[in-house]
Amino acid sequence: MALNAKTITNQELFYGHKACPGCGAALAIRLALKVLGERAIVVIPPNCMSTVGYIYPHMPVFVNSVIPPFAGTAAVMSGILAGAEAQGLKNYHVVGFAGDGGTADIGLQALSGMIDRNDRAIFICYDNEAYMNTGVQKSSLTPYGMKTTNTPAGKRIHGSQTSKKRMFEIVAAHGIPYAATASVGYPEDFLAKVEKAMNTDGTSYIHVMAPCPTGWGTESDVTVDIGKEAVDCGLWYLAEYEGGEFRLNRDPKEFSSAEAYLKAQSRFSALDENDFARVLQERDEAWARMRRDWKK
Amino acid sequence: MSGKLFVSGDEAVALAVRQAKPHVIAAYPITPQTIVVERLSDFVEDGSLESQYLYVESEHSAMCACLGASAIGARAFTATSSQGLLYMVEGLHYASGSRFPIVMMNANRSLAAPWSIYNDQRDSLSELECGWIQLYAENAQEAYDTILQAYRIAEDPAVMLPVMVNLDGFVLTHTYELIQMAEQEKVDAYIPYRNFCNKLDLEKPKATCITAGPPYNMEFRYQQHQATLRAAETIRAADREFNEHFGRSYGGLLETYRCEDADAVLVTLGSVAGTARCVVDAYREAGKKVGLLKIRCMRPFPAEETAAALKGAKAVGVLEKDVSFGFEGVVHTNVNSALKEWNVTVPTANYVGGLGGRSISKADIAGIFDGLLSGSLNASETAFVNLRRDICGA
Repeated sequence: MALNAKTITNQELFYGHKACPGCGAALAIRLALKVLGERAIVVIPPNCMSTVGYIYPHMPVFVNSVIPPFAGTAAVMSGILAGAEAQGLKNYHVVGFAGDGGTADIGLQALSGMIDRNDRAIFICYDNEAYMNTGVQKSSLTPYGMKTTNTPAGKRIHGSQTSKKRMFEIVAAHGIPYAATASVGYPEDFLAKVEKAMNTDGTSYIHVMAPCPTGWGTESDVTVDIGKEAVDCGLWYLAEYEGGEFRLNRDPKEFSSAEAYLKAQSRFSALDENDFARVLQERDEAWARMRRDWKK
Repeated sequence: MSGKLFVSGDEAVALAVRQAKPHVIAAYPITPQTIVVERLSDFVEDGSLESQYLYVESEHSAMCACLGASAIGARAFTATSSQGLLYMVEGLHYASGSRFPIVMMNANRSLAAPWSIYNDQRDSLSELECGWIQLYAENAQEAYDTILQAYRIAEDPAVMLPVMVNLDGFVLTHTYELIQMAEQEKVDAYIPYRNFCNKLDLEKPKATCITAGPPYNMEFRYQQHQATLRAAETIRAADREFNEHFGRSYGGLLETYRCEDADAVLVTLGSVAGTARCVVDAYREAGKKVGLLKIRCMRPFPAEETAAALKGAKAVGVLEKDVSFGFEGVVHTNVNSALKEWNVTVPTANYVGGLGGRSISKADIAGIFDGLLSGSLNASETAFVNLRRDICGA
């Protein structure tokens, strides 16, 4: 039975936390835990989610959980898994929730090690495109033109000057059994992918776009809409890597306006016509490549 | 397996770890620790050790994997050295702060730069503040025995702290000695696995390595400090019980050797204690009253016992393989603090030796004793033993 608003459990395993209203990351964790259930063992490195979720004695994560060293999310996951296996524990899922920096920057080495070992655990990157917990600084998944507090947008430099690292493909290049991209704007797709990851015999990775109202400069009630819009305008994509093959889950005949998507967020307020042209060119090149090389 | 074996210090550690049966081993190779991880992977391959062996991509991940394993109640082991120890430092604090009873072997090796793969103790002694119990072995037999004692200490419900077992790189890790193996049944009886009270539990979920703000943080630290102090009694008990099971003991936190009526006592730790023992014997035969105080445990520091052991001496020398640049050797600082705390007034002098693998000979130690016995002690300056003055402008 497909997971959707009707079929998903009403049980909440992440609530009462202190995240900002409209937090995409908190929504991603809440949804994922509905699929994984109360025998999930959660690993969340120092980031917004561990900050709002574990301030003793206030413990709003209602499953077993650990805050690992920032760089060590995947390695702690592997250790839990090995310890659980050695003691013969059954019916549990080890899952990590790291942000874009905790995945693609400081967490990359340990993640690579875990995929290399093919440990049976689920690594979920919630991507809000900057280091939000420290007050919005650039990561390697920050998009071109985003204003952050260490890539300021002025007259001379219009925010971050680099484009997003192709993290999903870096993970796939390890030969991982299952990897996927998702967005909180497409929750049913995300839920289905978490379920697939849960049933994967080996390491799985889900990269979920998770808008951050505070860092993106959007209202708190449009998180899901913005997450959907990111996919519809082609600046994000829904795809899977499985059995050695890439597959585009969604291949829009026509993109909605990327310019409108960017203009709706104050983080891109410094972009000019040349910047929009660059963003569109990169988008179109990426899609030409994906459409050429990936299954649809 | 019991009986005697002719093995290196590293192999002695691996053999002890096999008998301790950790659920999880995660380690990354580094000279001169490598033989430990090689032997342990051999044991997993040949089926004589049923551990989950994790091939990690760094020491940081080795420690992180041990954190995860220990968090869910698994007995964990890792081994490292020098740069590797420093790379896992952040995890060391997680382990002690979250009270994970991980056991780690550290092959004492110098730190870059300048690079050196050879022995000194600047790696572990720079980590006295990370909350781990720190034990130092003198020879391969003590290394083997101390690994077994380390699990007894770490997993004691009154302690629940990680333990670092230090072996001098090459001098001990790569030197072959005859060791007496323990019978497996006795090892099982000495260190039975018991559930950790703080472990994650699928039936009763918990969070660990949590955040504690200003209203709670100090209380966690106070309890951690108390547990580390309490560990001293557990270390003594572990050594006593070890003697009952296996017929060997090491004095608990420290060992005094011919100190009773000694005019001059040398305080040191690790493998050089063996060399010092020979010099003490020779001097005693010549009628000179000298003794050795071997510190086996740097944390918790045996302050009262150290002060008591040095009380009757006329001069004390502290020989150590590290220096806190701009001050003195850290062992010297600790010894002096203990003397002050227990109102023992005795002149002390600091001897820094063996840095980056420089040998410390019997003649070097004899020179120290001669200085201590002469009564012309220069306590104000840290002496560098066997320094090549001609090439460094000294």
